[in-house]
Amino acid sequence: MAEVEKRQDRSPVPSAFEYATAPESREIVRLEERYGLFLGGEWKEPSSGEYAPSVAPRDEEPLAEVAYAGGEDVDLAVRAARDAFTNGWSDLPASERAKYLFRIARILQERSREFAVLESLDGGKPIRESRDVDLPLSAAHFFYYAGWADKLEYAFPNRRPRPVGVAGQIIPWNFPLLMLSWKIAPALAAGNTVVLKPAESTPLTALLFADVLRQAELPAGVVNIVTGDGRAGAEIVKHPDVDKIAFTGSTEVGKEIMRAVAGTGKKLTLELGGKAANVIFDDAAIDQAVEGIINGIYFNQGHVCCAGSRLFVQESVYQEVLAKLKRRMGTLRVGDPLDKNTDVGAINSREQLERIEELVASGEEEGAEIYQPPCRLPEKGWWFPPTVFTNVAQSYRIAQEEIFGPVLSVLTFRTPDEAVEKANNTPYGLSAGVWTEKGSRILSLAQRLRAGVIWANTYNRFDPASPFGGYKESGFGREGGLHGLAPYLEFEK
Amino acid sequence: MAQAPALPRGFELPLEPRLPRIGSVDQIAVEQRAATLATRSIKRESKLFALDLAVRMIDLTTLEGADTPGKVAALSSKAMRPDPADLTVPPVAAVCVYPNLVPHALERVRGSSVKVASVATAFPSGQVPIELKVEEAARVAELGADEIDMVIDRGAFLSGHYAKVYDEVRRVKEVCGEAHLKVILETGELGTYDNVRRASLLAVAGGADFIKTSTGKIQPAATLPVTLVMLEAIRDVYEETGRKVGMKPAGGIRHSKQAVQYLVLLHETLGPEWLTPDLFRFGASSLLNDVLMQIRKERTGRYQSPDYFTID
Repeated sequence: MAEVEKRQDRSPVPSAFEYATAPESREIVRLEERYGLFLGGEWKEPSSGEYAPSVAPRDEEPLAEVAYAGGEDVDLAVRAARDAFTNGWSDLPASERAKYLFRIARILQERSREFAVLESLDGGKPIRESRDVDLPLSAAHFFYYAGWADKLEYAFPNRRPRPVGVAGQIIPWNFPLLMLSWKIAPALAAGNTVVLKPAESTPLTALLFADVLRQAELPAGVVNIVTGDGRAGAEIVKHPDVDKIAFTGSTEVGKEIMRAVAGTGKKLTLELGGKAANVIFDDAAIDQAVEGIINGIYFNQGHVCCAGSRLFVQESVYQEVLAKLKRRMGTLRVGDPLDKNTDVGAINSREQLERIEELVASGEEEGAEIYQPPCRLPEKGWWFPPTVFTNVAQSYRIAQEEIFGPVLSVLTFRTPDEAVEKANNTPYGLSAGVWTEKGSRILSLAQRLRAGVIWANTYNRFDPASPFGGYKESGFGREGGLHGLAPYLEFEK
Repeated sequence: MAQAPALPRGFELPLEPRLPRIGSVDQIAVEQRAATLATRSIKRESKLFALDLAVRMIDLTTLEGADTPGKVAALSSKAMRPDPADLTVPPVAAVCVYPNLVPHALERVRGSSVKVASVATAFPSGQVPIELKVEEAARVAELGADEIDMVIDRGAFLSGHYAKVYDEVRRVKEVCGEAHLKVILETGELGTYDNVRRASLLAVAGGADFIKTSTGKIQPAATLPVTLVMLEAIRDVYEETGRKVGMKPAGGIRHSKQAVQYLVLLHETLGPEWLTPDLFRFGASSLLNDVLMQIRKERTGRYQSPDYFTID
């Protein structure tokens, strides 16, 4: 905190219009003291007897004890999934499968406040985002894939699509329920059964989701939820009876998974890291582009694989953009994730905070100039202020490595060719943003930028109908849209 | 000729028929930003602060063919003492009336802090020769109005005659004397946010002390995104020249909740310095009673019947 204050280069303007706290009540969430594993429609103790608390990032409060699954538990989960797949689920008329998915979607909508509060508690993201982004999109994914369930023959004409079998799905901690929805909805729509492992720091909404499955009367074993750390994930990956692995997470773990499944015949999709370029041309609508920069990097504390973490600004508007960006950063409200007026919440875990701090220190060491707006961070919990680096060279670690935090590196360019060249100069290729009023330039850049998702005059907008996925070390396979169904289907050769 | 006001760089002279580059506005993004700010949750003491400020910013308005001295007298009394049952409620900023009624309003508000605003330049259409507009504005100033609300010539603007628009603002400003000039863009007739931004900068360049969204005679009148675009134009002028221009959304603001949303927009776009009736006004008539009702509710914890608030 002291350091942050020292860095400020303008004093905070005194304001009589201080917003009073507006906390969303957490009464609506009823948590168990301890959660087992959700196997075959029932709660089971982990064979190891091992539990660990899931902690609220905003104040390090332990929220509930969560089971750590081992090899035996994963085996039980896979058996339950296989059993459900062969004895009923895969033979169910597709329109019946669709009904379950529609039901799940509606229940998520009905219980959205409960889920939003829990998501913010367990993960640290602002309630405004979990309420207005995570929950509506989660429900939308189930609605969208519910619609495809009985139309697979039309989606893939003359290719006789049929389900793959048991899907092992491993999801990250940045959008816990949304990533669960991205994974489970297409898998079930295609007729598969699932073993899902949520991230160890954010398992609670997945465990609450088990209650949604019960409410929707989904047949036992169709979805199994095993909690735990990387070991449980590894057990899923190497289990011989899992037909398909879907992983979202770091590039490092993605590579390990790829090695592990090599030669096994398992289908694999990976959605990994990113270091996206957000490119601002001098004819862009500047005020809105600044909003796009803010939304690109400070949305969800920058814990977003497609975050616009490298900002490329055309030199002719560099001063103007930077001045407006710094002013706007000063209005970001950092604090309690449950406060309805919070814009930037807590860092998800101590490990992640340490990683952000280490990379930010390296940026300062390498000679980049740091700016952080004056902001008062809470004393308890894990926090990092919105940060921007200027004078960044392409070779600095902060311009190369994924920080996965609220840290933006600003670089400049002079011509569209230079912008494309620099933007593509990264091992990643998940997403990119282009800001210009010139339609032809948008189309030309969209063709030349090597990224799976390209936003024009907006950033971090998602829709279940739109495929999402990366190039290069950002992974392969697409989630969302028609493309998102294909990895969960076998086709006639 | 009055000295030309300070302008943003590259904006000294609007050349017929084109302006220097003034940038553009992205419709989807600006609407999204306004919608996000509208979700701010303003409670308790901050709500009371906002409601009290809203009262002090209201231009209590009656612009009807049927206006009479009696109606204006009643309105002026209400302006000075909005809530007779609660004397801690401050007076509103101004009453806004047609030119013929300016003397009646002046007489009534004499000795109070309430200003008298009037409309001029063939309000609401602005479709008369420039000489008549200048003469009307001069007469209104002579009558003693503290503030003059003029309309831009939308016909000229939409046919690309920006210099004409600019010139009219400049000439009206010259005859306003001490009176503050508010320039009404009638954004509901401009069609795009790009036009709103362009018209805002033209009006400011011409010497506007305030820019105002609407006459209240055209739908849509004030909206949050239109106001955001105008506030951003004001911010750009301020950043470049240090000149502070005021903003007045008018028309369609009927509820306290809306007023608070506008104040949040103002606060987060231009900062606390703009949270003053010198730089922000609401053009409204029915808003006041709703704000009074909310103030009473915040103070007592109970809603009162509308019969406890006077209709003027």
